[in-house]
Amino acid sequence: MKRRVEFRNSQREIHQFRLRLAVGIGFVLVLLFTLTTRFFYLQVLKHSHFQTMAENNRISVVPTVPNRGLILDRNGVQLARNYSGYTLEITPSKVPDLNATLEEISRLVDVQPKDRKRFKKQLEESRNFESLVIRSQLSDEEVARFAAQSYRFPGVEIKARLFREYPLEEVTSHLIGYIGRINEADMARLNENDEVAANYRGSDHIGKVGLEQSYESELHGVSGIEQVEVDAGGRGVRTLSHVPPVAGDDLVLSIDAQLQQIADQAFGAYRGALVAIDPNNGEVLAFVSRPGYDPNLFIDGIDEDSWEELNNSPDVPLNNRALRGQYPPGSTIKPFMALAGLFYKKRTPADTISDPGYFTLSGSTHRYRDWKKEGHGVVDMFKSIVVSCDTYYYRLAVDLGIDNIHGFLSQFGFGSKTGVDLQGEQPGLLPSSEWKTKRYKQKWFAGDTVSVGIGQGYNLVTPMQLAYATAILANGGAGYRPHLVRALRHNGVEKPVAPELDVNVNIDPGHLDLVRRAMVAVTQPGGTAVVASLGAEYAIAGKTGTAQVIGIKQGEKYDADKLNERHRDHAWFIAFAPADKPKIALAVLVENGGHGGSVAAPIARSVFDYYLLGKTPKTVAAAAPPEEPGDAGEEHD
Amino acid sequence: MIRQALWPRLQRRLTQYLDPVLLAGVGALLLIGLTVLYSASDGSWARVQSQLVNIAAALVVMWMVANVPLHYLMRIAVPLYVTGMVLLIGVALFGEISHGARRWLNLGFATIQPSELMKIAVPLMMAWYFEKHEATLTLKNYFVATLLLLAPVALIMRQPDLGTAILIFASGFFVLFLAGLSWRVLAALATLAVGSAPFLWNMLHDYQKHRILMLLDPTQDALGKGYHTIQGMIAVGSGGALGKGYFNGTQTHLDFLPERATDFIFAVYSEEFGFLGNLLLLGLYLFIVGRGFVITANASTAFTRLMAGSITLTFFTYTFVNMGMVSGILPVVGVPLPLVSYGGTSMVTLMLGIGMLMSIHTHKTLVQT
Repeated sequence: MKRRVEFRNSQREIHQFRLRLAVGIGFVLVLLFTLTTRFFYLQVLKHSHFQTMAENNRISVVPTVPNRGLILDRNGVQLARNYSGYTLEITPSKVPDLNATLEEISRLVDVQPKDRKRFKKQLEESRNFESLVIRSQLSDEEVARFAAQSYRFPGVEIKARLFREYPLEEVTSHLIGYIGRINEADMARLNENDEVAANYRGSDHIGKVGLEQSYESELHGVSGIEQVEVDAGGRGVRTLSHVPPVAGDDLVLSIDAQLQQIADQAFGAYRGALVAIDPNNGEVLAFVSRPGYDPNLFIDGIDEDSWEELNNSPDVPLNNRALRGQYPPGSTIKPFMALAGLFYKKRTPADTISDPGYFTLSGSTHRYRDWKKEGHGVVDMFKSIVVSCDTYYYRLAVDLGIDNIHGFLSQFGFGSKTGVDLQGEQPGLLPSSEWKTKRYKQKWFAGDTVSVGIGQGYNLVTPMQLAYATAILANGGAGYRPHLVRALRHNGVEKPVAPELDVNVNIDPGHLDLVRRAMVAVTQPGGTAVVASLGAEYAIAGKTGTAQVIGIKQGEKYDADKLNERHRDHAWFIAFAPADKPKIALAVLVENGGHGGSVAAPIARSVFDYYLLGKTPKTVAAAAPPEEPGDAGEEHD
Repeated sequence: MIRQALWPRLQRRLTQYLDPVLLAGVGALLLIGLTVLYSASDGSWARVQSQLVNIAAALVVMWMVANVPLHYLMRIAVPLYVTGMVLLIGVALFGEISHGARRWLNLGFATIQPSELMKIAVPLMMAWYFEKHEATLTLKNYFVATLLLLAPVALIMRQPDLGTAILIFASGFFVLFLAGLSWRVLAALATLAVGSAPFLWNMLHDYQKHRILMLLDPTQDALGKGYHTIQGMIAVGSGGALGKGYFNGTQTHLDFLPERATDFIFAVYSEEFGFLGNLLLLGLYLFIVGRGFVITANASTAFTRLMAGSITLTFFTYTFVNMGMVSGILPVVGVPLPLVSYGGTSMVTLMLGIGMLMSIHTHKTLVQT
């Protein structure tokens, strides 16, 4: 009985157990089905999605930076070039303790305080995860020393890359400009255009000023794309595909490097600017602004000390005087005024005035003084240019009226940008009655016109502008827009930049001949710039000018010796040569140089001698700072 | 004549307690495992050789266990369980911390992980308990058995080792379930669990909450906690229907998959052999589990039935939890893919279970006589 119960009991138990087991099996089948469904979902339905994700994981698109184009002078001399070298770079986000790392590194590699400062400045301005240069131009020995220890420095690496270099340093600084690290402002500008932004993905540098800036798109080239298979650590495993970069175009300039250097040296210790143009096609042959600066300092971020020095110097070396310096043209405007007088028939060449040494407007007692106190006596147009008679032009200006002056002179580019291929050009100022109403809400007075006649008053020009005006004059009225780049070169094939005829001023040949002859006489005995053509084998047509720095009160005498050097007048000289068939036209400005004939004219002469005769000056004419800027009134204008 | 008879006798002696069906399934799985491991370790023989040693050891353990009649094992159930509990408490008090968890106990001559021992000891203890009270089962017995289960599980959760805790809880729960814990109690417990979920949620550690949230949306923390899940899903999904081919898995060979020789080895397999390969693998597991169910159904005593059922279902639990976490339907807990993942401990534990299944099957007749 008991056995039977137990037996039945165990039967019931087995039955119950098998039921439970069946439930368990059912559960297993359900879960297996769940897994199968999940796999089907992931591997079949969503396969392409995950396939893409896996590819994105695995493939990293690395831009390859194109080589930046070179900048060459007209004879192939390199003004901006690339060299390969090693830098030590730090990615701050990968370095746990930056200061400790820097300490450690400086034991292996020479790190100057200058380098540290520069690094700190970069750190403040940098984008995240960017690698920053701590030292550039490592020696082979330093490279070897660091490489042996590099395992100790995660996030620090030696990179071989191309560096930009400006071999002529400050001589071409204002012309070539420089490239610098891409900063946030640059980034924002690049990001305005997706295509441009993509092209700069691998680039660290961009042109900041000068030709490096204005020809940035040509110089930069097109980035290549490398598809690299990477592992989870981001290390490249192999290259899958590679679209090579297209190197930037080389710029072939119209600048003659030798001429540029001669012109630069000719300034000696003076500040100033010189622009020389081939009047026949607008090619700029020399473009000098002094003082310059070493553009190489800026490429990987300038250190603070150098920056302070440049930025706070009273000489303002960072100011591009040739392009942006605006000065009164002074008497250099007289040849153009003379042409205006002839054009509007307010004067004939033979008309004369009697110069008592001053000019007064009718109904006024105010005396507009001639630079020569006792006057020039009887003066016709020819003589007015040769001796630079102020009284003649005071009267002529009043007779022409401001709006005629504006109308005629604006044809020579006064008051507007020349459109040279550099950015940041200043337009100067050629006043008109309309301009004064707008600017000062005031009527134009006859008295305002008087000083405009001798290039003072409201007049302002840049050296670039005055050089262009001179070139137009030299070429008989046909003005080719000044340009620095003469050709773009790619793979050795040059694509020339065609000269662009900008204006064609209608000048009567007779008038032109008169003014030219007078300008030649300026550089002959009796003229204001005799030194310019002493012993010259060709004729130079020129005109001196003086830009006042401080006003002189009525009845006071300008005495250079008594003035602070920086308050002395700026000296101008414009010239072209050979006078009968001009090949070169230029404008020279010497800041605080006193008067144009003695300081500015010799600079022009050195430039002409080299350009026309291939003569290199033995000693540079104005090498010494001005001891005696005004040697009497003979040459003063 | 004696010499001639020696070999067949030896052969019989070696194989008489093994189950060829189970052995075939296990062998196939081990081969697949080695193949995948070779790829997962980027063609390094060292890993494969080391795994071969693990397998050899595990096969020996399996063979020995298969040769022991299961009712002998009943005798060691209590001492084993007690030893395990003592060691677990020892871990809680003096255990060594590694990777933020206290799992190991240094005994002076060896460092052991007592939770691994409990994977066998817990179901053994519970099956023994139910066998002992087979004739007179009341609710009280289930209550005691539950306590026998929850005590070690709680200790292991505290270490913390969620993966092992889940597996041990599952193995014990299967014993309870198969022993006939009434549906009403199960339903009540389920209701209680769901009802207390909000309270349990609040009791969880932040990192545990984080893990659960990450499961719901792994992209929330793609480089942190969600990284494993996302990379696993990418590997599985990008494998497609037919797979990328052996040694061609980019997720695997470019280091994107974490722990690809151990817990995430299924992602490697899945990436290289695709959906079709997954079906094959699931088929193999179903084959082994199915054989386990056959053995369970034919087991002769309550103890062997419960043991066989628990071992089989736990084996499947390993599989499901591992594949589920790699494919992103379960949170990432440290559970290996049975017989495929690299590692000696789990290999031995699992093969010990297989050995028990074989023993249950092959010693059945002996017990009845």
